[in-house]
Amino acid sequence: MTQSAVRPTPASPTPPGGHLLEVRDLHVEFRTTEGVARVINGVTYHLDAGETLAVLGESGSGKSVTAQAIMGILDTPPAHVRSGQILYQGRDLLTHSEEQRRQVRGKEIAMIFQDALSALNPVFPVGWQIGETLRQREGMSRADARRRAVELMDLVKIPAAAKRLGDYPHQFSGGMRQRVMIAMALALDPKVLIADEPTTALDVTVQAQIMDLLADLRRDLNMAMILITHDLGVVAGVADRIAVMYAGRIVEHADVRSLYRAPAHPYTKGLLESIPRLDVRGQALSTIKGLPPNLMRIPSGCPFHPRCPYVQQVCVDVVPHDLVLGDGRTSACHFAQEVRDDSAR
Amino acid sequence: MTAPASSTKVRGETILSVDNVVKHFPISRGVLFQKQIGAVKAVDGVSFELRRGETLGVVGESGCGKSTLARLLMRLETPTSGRATLEGRDLFKASGSELRRLRRNMQMVMQDPYTSLNPRMTVGDIIGEPFVIHPEAAPKGSRQRRVQELLDVVGLNPEHINRYPHQFSGGQRQRIGIARALALRPEVIVCDEPVSALDVSIQAQVINLLEQLQDEFGLSYIFIAHDLSVVRHISDRVAVMYLGKIVEIGTEEEIYERATHPYTQALLSAVPVPDPDAREERAIIRLTGDVPSPADPPSGCRFRTRCWKAQEVCATQEPHTVLRAADPHPSACHFAEVRPGA
Repeated sequence: MTQSAVRPTPASPTPPGGHLLEVRDLHVEFRTTEGVARVINGVTYHLDAGETLAVLGESGSGKSVTAQAIMGILDTPPAHVRSGQILYQGRDLLTHSEEQRRQVRGKEIAMIFQDALSALNPVFPVGWQIGETLRQREGMSRADARRRAVELMDLVKIPAAAKRLGDYPHQFSGGMRQRVMIAMALALDPKVLIADEPTTALDVTVQAQIMDLLADLRRDLNMAMILITHDLGVVAGVADRIAVMYAGRIVEHADVRSLYRAPAHPYTKGLLESIPRLDVRGQALSTIKGLPPNLMRIPSGCPFHPRCPYVQQVCVDVVPHDLVLGDGRTSACHFAQEVRDDSAR
Repeated sequence: MTAPASSTKVRGETILSVDNVVKHFPISRGVLFQKQIGAVKAVDGVSFELRRGETLGVVGESGCGKSTLARLLMRLETPTSGRATLEGRDLFKASGSELRRLRRNMQMVMQDPYTSLNPRMTVGDIIGEPFVIHPEAAPKGSRQRRVQELLDVVGLNPEHINRYPHQFSGGQRQRIGIARALALRPEVIVCDEPVSALDVSIQAQVINLLEQLQDEFGLSYIFIAHDLSVVRHISDRVAVMYLGKIVEIGTEEEIYERATHPYTQALLSAVPVPDPDAREERAIIRLTGDVPSPADPPSGCRFRTRCWKAQEVCATQEPHTVLRAADPHPSACHFAEVRPGA
């Protein structure tokens, strides 16, 4: 474990007693017959009680794999955690036994998934599925679990909850199914909620409802939330801090406002410039040239260098470390200062 | 608008006209003695015109009928009723060789670049397949060269003609789909969610390519998408669909700056804006509930069950998509008005 390489993420100072959840220098690889894909290459981030951290990235950036590592639900094989620590309340989850991890899963850290239809079991009524956790983990009787399931369905604002307890997942609309999943995740009253692309499969009007619900629940139940998404628009509304991922690394980490005002990594800057804006009329969209890297052959030096407009020789030779910028943000770019000044202009 | 692009083709004249098109999918019960017990009204009376060289955006949530509309126009589904003409020729009555001729002029780009390309065919065979069906479009000897030209036009390496789809990324595959649509030099291309399966950084590349091809070949697009920001970026005119009907249609500016239908206003306000500062200034309309089932749409105005303006007249009388006093573009609402402060 390369303990020395770990720097505290400076966007917020370490509170006394440490962070609620902290991922330290995590490395995960997928060992396949075609070779080894280095999916996570030294991810470090933290989460404090009551805040929302957004992890932003495109497909293959490793944002979901990090979350699966935290939950302990990586498919092994092919996935292997090579090194790193995942500290929850100061204890390293990666050294826990499967039984100890089971105690954390659901009760301390819960997760909701993108596709509610395939995450729910089609042959059991939703009330039974919400109550399952309560019967298994809390030893509740069927009647008590049923009663609590109705409360949870009320909590996530499913209309006529008591009547719909016996309905099957296919009888619910997409937005309602996502609410059922949220109810299941909340059953054991977790302190951390990981939401992996919770609204990607939904329409905009329903997406707005679900994001509102998540923000309200986070506040009312005083949870901390990790929101994993690829949508820069969704993030802007709910997150306190953002970590941007590329090729298994966090390339930029900042509070929401400063990141949108003046991105300090060329990848973030490129992303923000390449989305068409509803409220701003534009000309041709600026693009990020090229493609995301093949994780079996990550480019030398900075993994973004083949696509970067700021590229110099140093980017090909040297892996950039997190550069701490004056206002408490980091950017893994040799020219972070320059990029930020350019975007602020 | 009427500046001639070439000797005979006038930019801005109507190329495709769709009149009151309806598609009902029957719901039946019984195994041996099937009887129809209802119908999913996927498209229920849609009319619009597409002009030469323009992009008509079609937006709406899932289940509003926008993809069925695309499939009807491509004659992949048979309409229940209605009429559509492409350059004056009836699209729905044509059959045999006439239909083949019409199809040459109208092509489609599909949503999913993974399932819309045959994994066992080389890229050259995929893009060249239209020439097998329409041999008159390119003589046999020149096909390989045409395919390489097309690869070059969409920004792919012409030397990759013998590769298979799995050797390309999602964005590159979508370019292959676009090259296939361009092969017969059509005038109209129907794009059904062409960028929604792509990552943000790749999406911009494909949108720019579509715009550049439009300028180069004078194409007309019907651009179907659920992403309102993308539609605004690419479209000249926009139609908003809800439960099988067009509720509002107008120029990009009329729809995005001066929308008069409550559904359009709610849809626009719900789009997340990637800017925390601008976000606070926007007043968001929160719609409650879900879209009703198209098998059993509400009486009168279909949006009334979710509308905050709904009155008794909305339940009894269906509002037609006509010009309203609020702003001179068609809107299907009894109480159409521009949202103050929007």
